[in-house]
Amino acid sequence: MSLDRRHFLSLAAASSLMAAAPAGQAAARQPAVATSARIVILGAGAAGLSLASRLSRRLEGAVITIVDPRQNHYYQPGFTLVAAGLKPAEYAVSSTAHWVPRGVDWIAEAAASIDPEARVVETAGGQRIDYDILVLATGLTLDWNAIEGFSLDLVGREGIGALYAGPDYAVKTWAAMDRFTEEGGEAVFLRPATEMKCAGAPVKYAFLTDDRARRKGTRAKINVTYAANNNALFSVPIVHEKVRMLFSEREIGTLNNHVLKAIDPGRRTLTFDTPEGRSELPYSFTNVIPPMRAPGVIRQSGLSWADRWIDEGWAEVDPHTLRHRRYAEVFAVGDVAGVPKGKTAASVKWQVPVVEDHIVAALSDTEATKRYDGYTSCPLITRVGRALLVEFDYNDNLVPSFPGVVAPLEELWVSWLIKEVALKATYNAMLRGRA
Amino acid sequence: MEELTFQTLIAVFEEMFGKGLFWVMAAAAIIITFAYLYVLIRDRAVSWRKFLLAQLSMPVGAVAAVLFVQIMTDSAMRDIGGPIDVILLLAIAVAGAVGMAVLVYTVQSLIRGGKTAVDDTL
Repeated sequence: MSLDRRHFLSLAAASSLMAAAPAGQAAARQPAVATSARIVILGAGAAGLSLASRLSRRLEGAVITIVDPRQNHYYQPGFTLVAAGLKPAEYAVSSTAHWVPRGVDWIAEAAASIDPEARVVETAGGQRIDYDILVLATGLTLDWNAIEGFSLDLVGREGIGALYAGPDYAVKTWAAMDRFTEEGGEAVFLRPATEMKCAGAPVKYAFLTDDRARRKGTRAKINVTYAANNNALFSVPIVHEKVRMLFSEREIGTLNNHVLKAIDPGRRTLTFDTPEGRSELPYSFTNVIPPMRAPGVIRQSGLSWADRWIDEGWAEVDPHTLRHRRYAEVFAVGDVAGVPKGKTAASVKWQVPVVEDHIVAALSDTEATKRYDGYTSCPLITRVGRALLVEFDYNDNLVPSFPGVVAPLEELWVSWLIKEVALKATYNAMLRGRA
Repeated sequence: MEELTFQTLIAVFEEMFGKGLFWVMAAAAIIITFAYLYVLIRDRAVSWRKFLLAQLSMPVGAVAAVLFVQIMTDSAMRDIGGPIDVILLLAIAVAGAVGMAVLVYTVQSLIRGGKTAVDDTL
């Protein structure tokens, strides 16, 4: 009896704590900084919206403008789940308007040019927007034209998948994978040689295809090959080793130094650049991932690195402050930032408070203290129901969120649950500036 | 994870279930807890007969909670991969069991009323 009493008392305590939460939240807020600064954020993706939400709370009187023509907002970490037949396309789609914070202006046009000397952005519709602070959060461009013989209308047919292209293409990719795992044949997975968003996704998709075939009892009818662009299956060496072991256990073959150049849907062949010259591989199913680059507007504005990532055009920012190295009033956050890691939504979650801190400090004449160390997270799905929760930094160190509890290099159900249940919720809370 | 505060957790849960559903569920949990508290105080004792039925319902609650989580997350028993997975599974089962027991006890007490509860007490 006393045990039960203790139980309900603790439950009641937890309940009252919950009820008190909104009050506690208000108290925890930092005081707003008064300013009349004009802040322009290019891009209403994960980075742009999260930063706008946080800045609109921290700043009083600032004119914050988001420039982005896209009416739909994509939850990109969900694309793999859609392409594995686990979620519908709508899972990854919401409306941009839903997330734009109150008090923030949204100009639904593309940015056509940036003049960092005159501090002005011009939109595709000819609007000129002057800024005091500019944040590049445009995301990146998928260069589909770089793959000869490929076009997006092929996706879902001829064994061609392209889950990076968007939720509808992820659905078509699933249809192609579903068919392939019925019929059998050669699956070839690959990644581009450029920097890319969520570099774990191609590996996950190889695992998921293997898993689907096993569940259908058709694994003996398929071969799975992962063609890496260099000598690594994952950029972090310790994770590479783990993936190598899992690939070997699942009988997923690997090839090194293979960069996709062309696809011939008629002959069902993929052509790769290799150190030994061109190499052709037959395929029955593939997931095309093209080279990724900064959008044209960034590359043409003189804000890109001149001596690094020459063909890719990422913004030239300090890796720890994300502030432009030549224009102190310009920041880059998310995929477009020219930093060695960090093209994931989890990275955005860690980058945004840093950029917020530096912007608020600049506007209030105080010292910024936050620093970004390259935190990137990849819930590396190894089959439906299990994942490795891999988190790392610029130095290839593992930086687990739950050290000693959730082992990063162990295939765990809890890591799958985090991906499947908690991540989208955390992402949405992040967009609202609450996580 | 950065800034894992109580507010963040609430925000994440709100997003997970939708603001409305989350607070409805939270309110339901609070109401059932207070109803349980109410019948215990009203009866001034635990009715062991009701408690027996509540205990018998515990395995049902445990299994139901585990199945619910597994179905909602496309997973199964074979996905248990390490100690933390076992701990989590047990925690879900225990939460389901205790929740069910409290619910069953409270519902019985509210339906049967206070007098019989006192009579039943050992």
